[in-house]
Formats: sequence, C-alpha cells, structure tokens
Amino acid sequence: MALLSNTAVLLGKELRTEFRSRELLTTTVVFILTIVVLFSFTFDPSVSESRRFGPGLLWLAFLFAASLMLQPCFLREQTNDTLSALRLSVGDPFAIFFAKLAANTLFLLFTQVLLLPVFSVLYNVPILAAFPQLVLVMFMGSLGLSVTGTALSAISAQARMRELLLPLLLLPLLTPVLIASTEATAALLVPNPLMRWDWLGFLLAFDVVFLTALWLFGEYLLEE
Amino acid sequence: MTPTSFSPTGIRFEKIDKRYGGLYALRRVSLEIVPGECVALAGRNGSGKTTLLRIAARLARPSAGAVSFLNGRGESGGTPAAGFVAHATMVYDELTAEENLLLFARLQGIAEPTARAEALLTEVGLLERRNSLVRTFSRGMRQRVAIARALLNEPAVILFDEPATGLDPQGVSWFAQTLKGLRDSCRTILMSVHGESEVSSLATRAIRLDAGSVVADTQTGANFRSILAFANA
Repeated sequence: MALLSNTAVLLGKELRTEFRSRELLTTTVVFILTIVVLFSFTFDPSVSESRRFGPGLLWLAFLFAASLMLQPCFLREQTNDTLSALRLSVGDPFAIFFAKLAANTLFLLFTQVLLLPVFSVLYNVPILAAFPQLVLVMFMGSLGLSVTGTALSAISAQARMRELLLPLLLLPLLTPVLIASTEATAALLVPNPLMRWDWLGFLLAFDVVFLTALWLFGEYLLEE
Repeated sequence: MTPTSFSPTGIRFEKIDKRYGGLYALRRVSLEIVPGECVALAGRNGSGKTTLLRIAARLARPSAGAVSFLNGRGESGGTPAAGFVAHATMVYDELTAEENLLLFARLQGIAEPTARAEALLTEVGLLERRNSLVRTFSRGMRQRVAIARALLNEPAVILFDEPATGLDPQGVSWFAQTLKGLRDSCRTILMSVHGESEVSSLATRAIRLDAGSVVADTQTGANFRSILAFANA
C-alpha cells in the first residue's frame, strides 16, 4: 500500500511540475509534428505507400520523441539533488521509478493520441475503424519505451557523457519493442484491420520482464 | 522549535572506508557521536566531510565498515528518522514552498501533513510566501524551505552539509538561531563547516578530516578553535 500511495503522490508531482513548465510535452509534440509533416510533404505518399511505411515512420518519431522526453527524466532530479530527498522519503525506491515511468507513458500516449489524427489526415490513412485497438498498441509500445527508458535514464544521469549514453543504450534495447509495435500498428491500418495478438503478447511479455527487473534492481540504479 | 517527541539517538561509524574507483574518499573512519551532541566536521574541500554525511544519511554505502545508530543507552539498533540538509536545497523549484513540504510529508506518511507543513512554514518564517514558487526565492529562503523539509518527520538526528554557504549575514544569524534551538532540544547534530563562524561556534565538539581520515577530534577548549580555524587555511 505504501508503494501505491507513494507512487500516486509522486505521479501527482510529476504531472504538476510538467503541466507547470510544459518542458517535455511541448518539445515532443513539436518534434513529432515536424517529422510527420516534413515526411508527408517530402514523399507525398499514396494510400498504399502510407500504409506500408507509415507505421514505421510513426514509431521512429515516437522513439526519438521518447528519447528526448526520457533524457531529463532523472537529470532534473539532480539540479537541486531532489533525488536524494526522494530516496530519504520513500519506503520503497521502486515508487520513484513507478511514478516516473507512469508519467512518461502518459506523456508519450498523450502525444501519440494527439498525433494520430494529424497522421491520418496528412497520409490519408483512416484510423477510426481501429482507433481503440490502435490506442491499446500505442499504450503497450509506450510502456515498453518508458520502462526501458526510465531505467536507462537513471543510469545515464549519473554518468559523464550522459547525453550520448542514453540513446546509445536505449536504441538497441528498444529494437524488439519497435518491431512489435510497428507490426501491430501496420495490421491495424489496412482496409480490414486485424489485431495482431501475437505482437501484442510479445509487447506484454517485454513490459513484464523489464518491469520485474526494474522492481528487483531499481534500488541499485539510484545509488551513488 | 516546536516541542517534539523523539528518542535521543547517536551515531557510530566503525572503520568506514569509501572508495571511488581507486580513490579513497574516507579511510578507516571510526567515530562515535553520542545522543544530543552537536558536532562540527571541519576540513578542506575533498577531505571527505560530505561523503561521511551522506553515509550517515544512508544515501551512500560505505565500501567497508558500518554505520549504526545508538539509542539513549548506547545500544545500536534500528534506523531512526534522520533529517539531511545538503548544500543543494533538495526541494523542487517548480513547486511552491507548501507544495514541497506537503509532497515530502505525504511520502513520509506524516499524519496531518497540511498542519505539519503549516507549522514548519511558520517556524521558518515563510508562511506568507507559502504559495510562491521556490524558484522565486532567494538563497536564504530556499535554505529555510530545505530546513523545514528536513524537520518534517521530527528527526532525532540532523545532518547539515555546509548549511551556511551562500547565506548573507542575516541568513547566517537566522540559521545560527535555528541551530541553537535544535541543539537545545537535544537533537544529535552533525554538520560540515568551513572555518570558524557564528554557526560552527555552536558545536560542542569539532572533528577535522584530512584526506579522508580523522586527524583531530576535540570537545570545547583551546584546541577546538584551532581545528575549525585550520579548516579555513
């Protein structure tokens, strides 16, 4: 119970500070919009082309947006050494991770839901027929990005070449998530949308494995 | 300071080593701080003061040795509530003074967090600025919020890492008064200091670290001032 109540308090803090500063959301939304608009005008794809490479483009944009979002996740706790204050205050250090990954997943999901209609219009790909399924895939993919990224953000925040280290560690680890998310998304953008439960199951397994690892070893990532 | 309910607690450091790679930040440090003592840790930059404080706060693990807390009878056991005030404020700039205190009070499971936050804001003289963002505060005001945060759980042990650094003379006087109140309420205080000052003069014992080792340790007396003065050299 202490874990959940601490997580809820910390999630509230994450949301409050973000909506007050709008630091992460503004950056990621603008970044993703720029990519989607730029590619739309550069390639001027037909509907079939959009369905073929659109999902890959979307998830690539999400990946870069996530790495932008995840970089300051623990870094800003170092400005005033607030991470130490959190470590002294919470009973279970996993609450710190849990709150951060919940906040990152929410922020990422928010930008994705905001972007999907723009993508649909610019690339002429209808999404309404499979919108709830798309949101589910986006959620599972975002969770994968966030779990891995939050853990690596904690590691890289304490390293010297931190700006370089996070993407260097993150990109190879996230390749399976990106493949699964792209495949699941592609199957939902065809004229007869199909939910690929195999890829969704893979995402679920990935999320559970990394979440468990974070729960078991997260405390060590916060130590000096 | 508000009358509080806590058990007097001391700290025992036993043969503490702390290495960062091949570099020793602390080397075989053994100390016993009795309940209610106010100890000034002096030493040059890099002598190991901050590391020792962070180990006492359980924010860093020693590479060797052990730290334990002692009850009033001198027996070790348990991990009591310890307040830690570092040189960094350890509060969020994007939250108000009250939001910061409420956040940490809720995380620590303090009953009636709003009342506790209000009482501490009154004590540190920031009640009128409770709804102002911390980023709009001066260094001295931030330090007051930091002290209020450290006192939320009524700690028996308080650790200060160069608490007066960056404060103006008025701020130093305020801090010295606060420290005196804490010392007189029988809390155990361990603080790192830079040289002799209004703050360090409140200590009842001075310890000097050099290159990670304890090189002098004395109660009040002639040697006391020389230990603090040496740190300024």
